[in-house]
Amino acid sequence: MQKRILPTTKKDEKQFRKLQKAIASLPKPSFNNPEKIQPTKNVITPTALPASLWQESNKGYIESEEKQLRVTDSEIILDSGGKKIERVANIKKPKKRTTFLRVLKYAKKHWYLFALSLFFGFANTLFEISIPLLIGRGIDYIVGAGNVDFDMLLKYILLLIGCIVAFAVLKWLTNKTANDLSYKMEEQMHNDMFKKFNKVPLKIIDGSSHGDLQSRMVNDIENITDGFVTGLTTFFDCFSTIVMTVVFIFMINVPIAAVIVCATPISLLVSLYIARKTNKLFKRQAKELGDMSGTFVELIGNQKIVKVFEYEGRSIQRFDDINKKLQDSSRKSMFFSTLTAPTSRFLNGLLYAAVALMGCFYAMDGILTIGTVSTLLSYANRYTRPFNAITEVFSDIQAAFASSARMFAVLDIPDEISDANLPSLKRCTGTVAFKNVAFSYVPDKKLITNLNLTVSKGQKIAIVGPTGCGKSTLINLLMRFYDVSDGSIEVSGKDVRTVKRRSLRKQFGMVLQETWLFNASIRDNIAYGKPNATDAEVRRAAKNAGADFFIQTMPEGYNTLISQNGDNLSQGQKQLLCIARLMLMRPPMLILDEATSNIDTRTEIAIQTAFNKMMAGKTSFVVAHRLSTITSSDVILVMNKGNIIEQGSHKELIAKKGFYYNLYNSQFSNY
Amino acid sequence: MKKLFRFFKNYKKDMFASPIFKVFETISEIAIPLLVAQMIDTGVANHDAKFVITYGCIVIALYIVGITASILSQKFAAKAATGIAYDIRKSMYEHINTFSHKELDKFGTASLNNRMTHDIARVQNAIGSFLRIILRSPLILIGSIICAMVIDIKLSLIFIAITPIIVAIVLFTLKITDPLYNKAQKSLDKVSDIARENLQGVRVVRAFNKQADEERRFVVASKNLRKTGIQVTNISSILAPLTTAIINFAIIAIMWFGGLQVNIGSLSQGEIVAFVNYMTQISSALITVSNMIVSLIKAQTCAKRINEVFDTKPSVVETNTQPIEIKKDPLTPKIEFQNVSFAYNDGAKYAIKNLNLKIMPGQTIGIIGGTGSGKSSIINLIPRFYDASQGSVFVDGVNVNNYSFHQLRSKIGLVPQKAVLFKGSLKDNLRWRKQDATMEEIVKAVKISQSEEFVNELDGKYEYKVQSGGKNFSGGQRQRLTIARALVGDPEIVIMDDSASALDFATDAALRKAIKNNIKSTVILVSQRAGTVKNADQIVVLDGGNVVGIGKHADLLKSCPVYKEIYESQTK
Repeated sequence: MQKRILPTTKKDEKQFRKLQKAIASLPKPSFNNPEKIQPTKNVITPTALPASLWQESNKGYIESEEKQLRVTDSEIILDSGGKKIERVANIKKPKKRTTFLRVLKYAKKHWYLFALSLFFGFANTLFEISIPLLIGRGIDYIVGAGNVDFDMLLKYILLLIGCIVAFAVLKWLTNKTANDLSYKMEEQMHNDMFKKFNKVPLKIIDGSSHGDLQSRMVNDIENITDGFVTGLTTFFDCFSTIVMTVVFIFMINVPIAAVIVCATPISLLVSLYIARKTNKLFKRQAKELGDMSGTFVELIGNQKIVKVFEYEGRSIQRFDDINKKLQDSSRKSMFFSTLTAPTSRFLNGLLYAAVALMGCFYAMDGILTIGTVSTLLSYANRYTRPFNAITEVFSDIQAAFASSARMFAVLDIPDEISDANLPSLKRCTGTVAFKNVAFSYVPDKKLITNLNLTVSKGQKIAIVGPTGCGKSTLINLLMRFYDVSDGSIEVSGKDVRTVKRRSLRKQFGMVLQETWLFNASIRDNIAYGKPNATDAEVRRAAKNAGADFFIQTMPEGYNTLISQNGDNLSQGQKQLLCIARLMLMRPPMLILDEATSNIDTRTEIAIQTAFNKMMAGKTSFVVAHRLSTITSSDVILVMNKGNIIEQGSHKELIAKKGFYYNLYNSQFSNY
Repeated sequence: MKKLFRFFKNYKKDMFASPIFKVFETISEIAIPLLVAQMIDTGVANHDAKFVITYGCIVIALYIVGITASILSQKFAAKAATGIAYDIRKSMYEHINTFSHKELDKFGTASLNNRMTHDIARVQNAIGSFLRIILRSPLILIGSIICAMVIDIKLSLIFIAITPIIVAIVLFTLKITDPLYNKAQKSLDKVSDIARENLQGVRVVRAFNKQADEERRFVVASKNLRKTGIQVTNISSILAPLTTAIINFAIIAIMWFGGLQVNIGSLSQGEIVAFVNYMTQISSALITVSNMIVSLIKAQTCAKRINEVFDTKPSVVETNTQPIEIKKDPLTPKIEFQNVSFAYNDGAKYAIKNLNLKIMPGQTIGIIGGTGSGKSSIINLIPRFYDASQGSVFVDGVNVNNYSFHQLRSKIGLVPQKAVLFKGSLKDNLRWRKQDATMEEIVKAVKISQSEEFVNELDGKYEYKVQSGGKNFSGGQRQRLTIARALVGDPEIVIMDDSASALDFATDAALRKAIKNNIKSTVILVSQRAGTVKNADQIVVLDGGNVVGIGKHADLLKSCPVYKEIYESQTK
C-alpha cells in the first residue's frame, strides 16, 4: 500500500497548504517603519503558529519516518488560548457518541459519495492485493530452461495489466470521492458556523476570543473532516486490506497464514506503543517550542526595553534555558518517531524470514509452488504497513472528536431570542427613555442600577468618565446588543424588546472608536449601509464628512482597495470614512464614540466638525474622552466604575463641585 | 546550507556514526533477498533442509543486526540534528541581541521568530533525515541495481529505466500542484478573513442590519474554497496510484523478459523472485529519495533565511567598552543635539531634520507634535537605539558614540510608548533597571508612579506573577508600572514616551506632580496632550520632523501656531 507516502491524500495536501500559508503569512521585512517591530496579530496565536508549522514541515516525508510533532491543532489552541476558550467550551459539552452521529448528519446529504468512497476503497484493495497473487501465479509458469509456459504467462500478464489499471483508477476514485466528500462537508460546516456567528447574542462574541472562534471555524472543521472522512476511509482501507490479506493467505496455506495472523497483535501493540510515546513527546516538544516562541517575542519584540535596561545577559540566559529543554525534547521525539519504520521493518523481517523458512519446507514437500512462496513473501513483507497507518489515523480520529466537540459547542449556543413575530418600529420621534434600568454583564456583579433618563428629540447626551468606566455599556443597551436585566428602554415610546431589532437599529447611526472597514474599495465601504447609492451620493457623503480631500489623494481615489488591516489608512482617516458611511444614510439618531489617541490635530478637527454637522437636529449620544467638546451637551452622564454618578448639564455639574468638576479641572491642572 | 556547516563541528562524530550504522542495516536488507533466493534455488531445489534452516537463521540474525544498527543510527542522527539546531538557535539569539533597531525593524519580530523556530526546525529535520537517508536510500537503490546486474545485465536495464521516470513523475506532480495549492490556500484565507472581519465588526454588521449580505458573501467564498480544494486534490491524488502502477508494470516486464531468459536457461526461477523483491525495495527507496530532494530544497530556503539573519551586521556599534570620566559641570547641558538629522533608512525621508536642542541638568522638557512628527525618533537617539544620520548627540558633554553601552544606558530610565511587562514576579519586573534594588527603592518608585494603591491590593503584592506582556493588568496599571520600573535606582535621565496616554487626566496630573516633587533627574516628556507638557521648563514643538517652536507654554501660545492649534483643539 502506498498510503501516506506522498502528499496525495487530502490530509497531506492540507498540511502542505498550511505550510505555504504560514510561509506566506510571514511578515515582509518592513523598512523605515519602527512601528512594525511588533508582531502582527495573527489569527493563529503566536505559540500555536510555530508548533503547527513544525508539524507541517515534517509531513510529506516518507514511510512516516519523519513523523514529527503530530499534535493536533485543537490541543495547541487549548494550550495557548487560556481561559476564554474554556468559557465558551463550558457552554455545553456534547457527548462523544452524539458528536459523531451529528458529524455523520453532515455526510448524509452526500451519502452517495460516502458509499462510493467505501466501495471504491474496498474494490481497489481487492485489486491491489490480487497483484502479488497474480505475480506469484505467473512466476509458477517460469519453471526453468525450456520449461516456460508463455501462453499461461501471457494470460497472467494480461490479467495483471487489467488489475493494475483497475487498481490505479479505483485508487484515484477512492481518494477523489473521499476528498470531494470532505470538502462538501466542510463547506456546509463553514456556512453553518458563519450563520451561527450572526445569530448568537453579542455577549458570546464579546466573551470569547475572536481568534479562538475563527480557529474553531477553520482548524477544527479541518480536523473533523481529516479525522472522520480521511481518517475513517484510511481506517476502512487498511482494515479491509488486513482482512483480505488474511483471507487470501488462509486460502493458500493455513499454517503459514496462522503464523502471519499471530504477528498481528504484536505489530499492533508495538506500533501503538511507539505512537503513544511519540505523541506524548511531540506534545512536550510543541509546548516547549511555544514557550520559546513566547519568550522570543516577549524579549526581542521589546528590545528597546531590554537594551535600555541592559537586560541582554539575562535575556540570553533565559533563552538558553528554554533552548536546552527544547533540544532535549526534540532529540527524544525525533528518535522515537523515527523508530516506527525500523521496528516495523524488523517485525516484517522476522515474519518474512518465518514465512520464507516455512514456505521452503512446504515447497520441498511439494505442497507449495515457488510462485506461491513468492506471493506469501510479498504479503508478509507488507503485512505490518496497514497497522502503522491505522495507528497514525487513530490520533487523527481522536483529534476529530475533540474538534467536533469544540465546533458543536459553538453551534449549540442558543440564538438570540427571535423577533420574527414582533412589529417593526415604524415612526421614529427621536425620543429615548431609560426607565429604572438595571444591567450587569455578570449576574453577581451589578453594573448599572436604577438608571432613569428621558431624552427628547434633538437632544445631545454626553457620556463621560475615566477609562474603563463602562461608557460603552449604554451603547450596548441602546442598540439592543445586550438586553437590560431590569427596567426598560423605550425608543419613540416603544420598549425596545417589543420591536424587531432590525427596525430599531435602523434608527441609529453609529461610529465607534474602533473603526471597522472591510476589505473592499473605499466606495463600497462608504456605501455599506446603502449599497445602491450612486457615485454622486457617495461623493457627497464623503465631502460632508470631510473625507473627500484625502480620498482624492489615494492612488485610485474612491476605488482604492482598503487593505486587510486597513494599513493604508490612518486611524483618523478610517474614522472619517465611518462618518461618511452615516452621512449617506442619515439615520434619525446617532451614537458616536470619540477617538482618543493616534489622531493628529488636523484630522481631529476635521472629525469634530463632521460630528457636529451630523448631529445637527438629531438625538445623539456621544461618548466623550475630551471634556471640552461636550460642554454644550443637554445632558452629561458622568460614569465611574460602571455607575452613573452624576447627571446634568455642564453648568449644573460644575456648580455641584463633584466628580465632574474635578475631572474637568484636572485637564487644566498645573502639573 | 553551506554557510551553516560551521555549526556541524561539535557533532562531527555523530554525523559520521549515524550513516555508517545505517549502512549496516542497509547491507543486511540488500543481502536478505539474495539469501532467500538461495534458500529457494539451492535449498528447495536440492531438498536440503539443513541449508534452508542455516540460511533462515542467517536471515534472522541479519535482521537483528539491522535493527540494532538502525536504532543506533537514529540515536546519533537525532543527537546531531537537534544539537546543531540548538547551537544555531543559541548563536542566532546572541546575534539578534547585538542588533540595533534598524536591523530589528528590517526583519520584524514575527519574521525573526519564524526563522528562529520554524526555519531552524526545518533545517534540523532535514539534517536528521539526511543523515538517516543519505547512505541508506542510494545504497538500496544502487545495491539493488548492482545485485540485479549481477544476476542479469539485460534484465537490470528495466531498473535503470524506471529510476528516472519515477523521480521525474514525483517532481513534476509537485511542480504542477504547487500553484494550485497556493490558490486553494488563498481561498481558505478568504474564508478565514471574512469570518474575522465579521467577528471584529459584529456591532457594525448588526447596526447596519447586514447579516444576510455578509452570509451571502461568505457562502460564495466557502463555495470557492470547496471548488479549488477539489481541483487540487483531483490532480495530486493521481500521484500515488500512478507510481504504484509504474512499479508494477516494471514487474510485469521482469516476468516477461525474465521468462524469456529462464526459457533459454540463463536465469532461474528463484532469481526472478529476487528480481521482483528488488523492484519493490527500489520503489520505496526511490520515493524516499525524491521526497528527500523536495525537503532539502525546502530546507535550503530555510537555511537562506537563517543566514540572512547571521549576515546582517548591527549598524549601531559599541566602539568603546571602557567607562569614561565625566566632568560634573552644571553649565554643561545634560543632553545636547547638534544639527541632528535622522532617517530610519538610507535615502528615506528624514524623520528629524537639523535639530538643535540643549537640555540642562534637572530640567523637565516636553516634546509635543502629531503622529509622525518625529517625537519618538528624537528619544531613540539618546540611548543609541539608532545612530543619527547627521550631526551628533551629547550626554554630559560627551558624544553618545564614545560611551560604552553600559555607561550610557545606565544613566537612562525609559518608559516606552507600549506598556509591557515581562513574565515573572512584579518585583523582578521592577528590578529590571537595578538588579539589586532594595524594597525601599522599589516602593518609592511605585509610590511616585501612582501605583501603590493597586499594587497593595494584588495577591502577594510584589510577588504577584506577571503574565507575559503584563496581560493581567489593565492598560493604565501597566503604564504606571512601567513608569515605576524606569524610576527604580534614580536614573539621571527619565524619558517618558507618551507614557500617560492610558491614564485619565486626574491620575496624569497627580503623576506629574509626584515626579516634579520627588525626582531630581532630567525628565523628557513626549506627549500628544498639551496638558501634559504645559508646565515643562521647555517645550519642543515638532511638525513633520521639523522643530517649529521651542519655549515655554505662554510664549509658544503666542509665537507658535502649531502649538496653539494643538492646545486649543484639546482644551476648547
